[in-house]
Amino acid sequence: MSLNTKNLARFQSLIALVILCIVLSCLSDKFLTVDNGWNVMRQISVNICIAVGMTLVVLTSGIDLSVGSVLALCGAITAGLLKNGVDVPSGDLYIGFTLFGAIMAGLLTGSAVGAFNGFTITRFKVPPFVATLAMLTIARGLTLLYTKGFPISVLGDHFDFIGTGWFLGIPVPVWISAIVVLGAVVLTNKTQLGRYIYAIGGNENAARLSGIKISKVKITVYALAGALAAVGGLLVTSRLDSAQPNAGISYELDAIAAVVIGGTSLSGGKGTIWGTVLGAVIIGVLNNGLVLLNVSPFWQQVVKGAVILLAVIIDKASSKNE
Amino acid sequence: MLVAQNITKKFPGVIALQDVSMELYPGKVNAILGENGAGKSTLMKILSGVYPDYEGRILLRGEQVNFNNPREAQNAGIAIIHQELNLVPYLSITENIFLGRELTNSWGMLNANAMKTRTQRLLSRLKLNIDPDTLVGDLKVGQQQVVEIAKALLTDCEVIIMDEPTSAITESEVEVLFGIITELRNEGKVIVYISHKLDELFKIADRYIVLRDGKTIEAGEMKAITQDELIRKMVGRDINVIRNNKIASAEAPVLSVQHINLKHPEHKNRELLKNISFNLCRGEVLGIFGLMGAGRTELLETIFGLHEGLSGGTVNIDGQIVSFRSPGEAMAAGIALVPEDRKKDGLILGLDVKTNIGLTTLPVMQRMGFLNEAKEQQLAQKYIGSLQIKTSSASQLVKNLSGGNQQKIVLAKCLATNPKVLMLDEPTRGIDINAKNEIYKLILELAAGGMGVIVVSSELPEILTISDRVLVMAEGCITAQFTAAEASEDNILKAAIPKTL
Repeated sequence: MSLNTKNLARFQSLIALVILCIVLSCLSDKFLTVDNGWNVMRQISVNICIAVGMTLVVLTSGIDLSVGSVLALCGAITAGLLKNGVDVPSGDLYIGFTLFGAIMAGLLTGSAVGAFNGFTITRFKVPPFVATLAMLTIARGLTLLYTKGFPISVLGDHFDFIGTGWFLGIPVPVWISAIVVLGAVVLTNKTQLGRYIYAIGGNENAARLSGIKISKVKITVYALAGALAAVGGLLVTSRLDSAQPNAGISYELDAIAAVVIGGTSLSGGKGTIWGTVLGAVIIGVLNNGLVLLNVSPFWQQVVKGAVILLAVIIDKASSKNE
Repeated sequence: MLVAQNITKKFPGVIALQDVSMELYPGKVNAILGENGAGKSTLMKILSGVYPDYEGRILLRGEQVNFNNPREAQNAGIAIIHQELNLVPYLSITENIFLGRELTNSWGMLNANAMKTRTQRLLSRLKLNIDPDTLVGDLKVGQQQVVEIAKALLTDCEVIIMDEPTSAITESEVEVLFGIITELRNEGKVIVYISHKLDELFKIADRYIVLRDGKTIEAGEMKAITQDELIRKMVGRDINVIRNNKIASAEAPVLSVQHINLKHPEHKNRELLKNISFNLCRGEVLGIFGLMGAGRTELLETIFGLHEGLSGGTVNIDGQIVSFRSPGEAMAAGIALVPEDRKKDGLILGLDVKTNIGLTTLPVMQRMGFLNEAKEQQLAQKYIGSLQIKTSSASQLVKNLSGGNQQKIVLAKCLATNPKVLMLDEPTRGIDINAKNEIYKLILELAAGGMGVIVVSSELPEILTISDRVLVMAEGCITAQFTAAEASEDNILKAAIPKTL
């Protein structure tokens, strides 16, 4: 019985999405075109990467507010290393980076920052909201320090391929977000770590007494969220061919919105990656539709907020019937 | 006074109450009995306005009433004191008692003095000599209960429903509570008393109403019935309470605990456990009895590695000194703990049966980094069968199971680690007599199979039923030790009462 209602809840957002698409294609002849379809998918790929990481964190009943800043920091580091390398003036030393090396450095930075979040949360019992709020500011500051406040641009065709290229007729960012999603689906459903994530979110005490190392799992989860924010950073930087020091501002909110619309409980232990993907698609389609319909950007924000509220209210109402 | 007529309440898929009728009399303590799932809680929730939709009628003083929420019920004079107390720990006694019905002066400001005076009066009527400004969080559980009762008296409630009021308080607090109940009864109030503890009911209750499977079975005078008859009515058939008559073998101990002590996490100079040493043999059931605060739970937790950094002493398993910094290490060494509060510490209620059972052994249920779900399912089926867990399937959510079956899942989870030593903390709290007996049987079977078992309990009959040997604790020390033959309610209780009182 619980399986049926779960499916129904999943269908609810799916139905909402279908209705949204039908309405938009009636209102705008540009909406239901192949080009626009790829366009939407390319746009949401960044949010999907971040939101998948956010889902893992939220499942442990945590939250990560730092992802937007981490995205900017990692994008800047990859761009900076790719373009300028590391120059040590005193030692007359210059280290150049290959494309692969620069990307790895970006991803490692993201993981390290995330792991640090996990460390402060588990070791010093700082509430996740506070720990990652602090990191939001710290990472943004580090980005500004590293870039000295200026964009790092013109990064070369190879790097730009990540954000703008096509592979087998599908945009590369869509490939990347698809891999992220499938990886996370397997992680949450088929691995020990996935089980532990749900167990900790469901009841941390019981998980601890079952011999699960809570700190290890949480640090891993926050590191994954950081790494996925870094992937988002690569996509953004590559698409613009430029690392902006103020990239990714308020991206954490879009990610949380996708997670919540997707039916994941903010108190943890309940939710799915597919739900989050659906949430991200709904937000993406909505954004796209409002732009196509020439709705004022000010109204766009109002509508987006209203949709988030509506989604959660419907979700609450339907889970009550369980 | 309060009459329920033909009450039926359906939940999706289950009929919780079917055509239940009963009469509750003023000036009496009306006991409601039944196994878990018999419908006691549902009935009480209907009487107190938590469930507004049901079939049937409720008459209060001869008039039909229909409460839409607990507030309305309370205004009509029906108060319920839940098993889990509903007080705000960071507010004072006065603030809690007046919560939602604060007295104000003509300026709309809180009238603190008037509220304090009335609280003072209520407290002295209930013989609780404590400053009304004390924070509720600083009170003992028994005292908090008195505050709940005071809250009910503030609105002049004539019907007071108490759901398992003694499940969390000490014997001496029970005496105080019974004094209060007797007094309220003599004032002519309707007391509805729900409890599993039959001994208690014979002490305090005047009338009984037995529920079984959502139906009223019988009602009558407590004086006219015996304990065995009551049990038969609750369960619907005779049950034999198992007795452990085995004599402990004198083998080398599987677990030996030497000079365990434990510091209070906040007050470092206070000791929660002082120099505790004991041995446990293979196949032995060791009962540990103590009143609330004796340090029983802390002892098990310390052995299990939960108080790393605060504890001292050594633990030997099979003659080897071991030291654990986490439950994971303790389990690897062959110790398992069934915690006191299964909902808080034992289970992930929102996950299914097989996930909960498999949680302790996931590392060995993997193939190439992925979970072997077939193996997980197999493990769950094995324990569903051997522990006779009543569930529709291994994919059923744990929160939908009864207390007894939930407890068996916690047990299954522990047994899955193949422990040499099984520690159970209050293994039968809040579960019905049938399930209790099944758990006792399991414990004895496990011991017969060579496992060393420690059972911590605050229920004397339980300790006397299953233990080969009994340790008594008071104020963090072991104060006495008895063999099964020597142990009696008297000498155990005598040793358990703190000397500093």
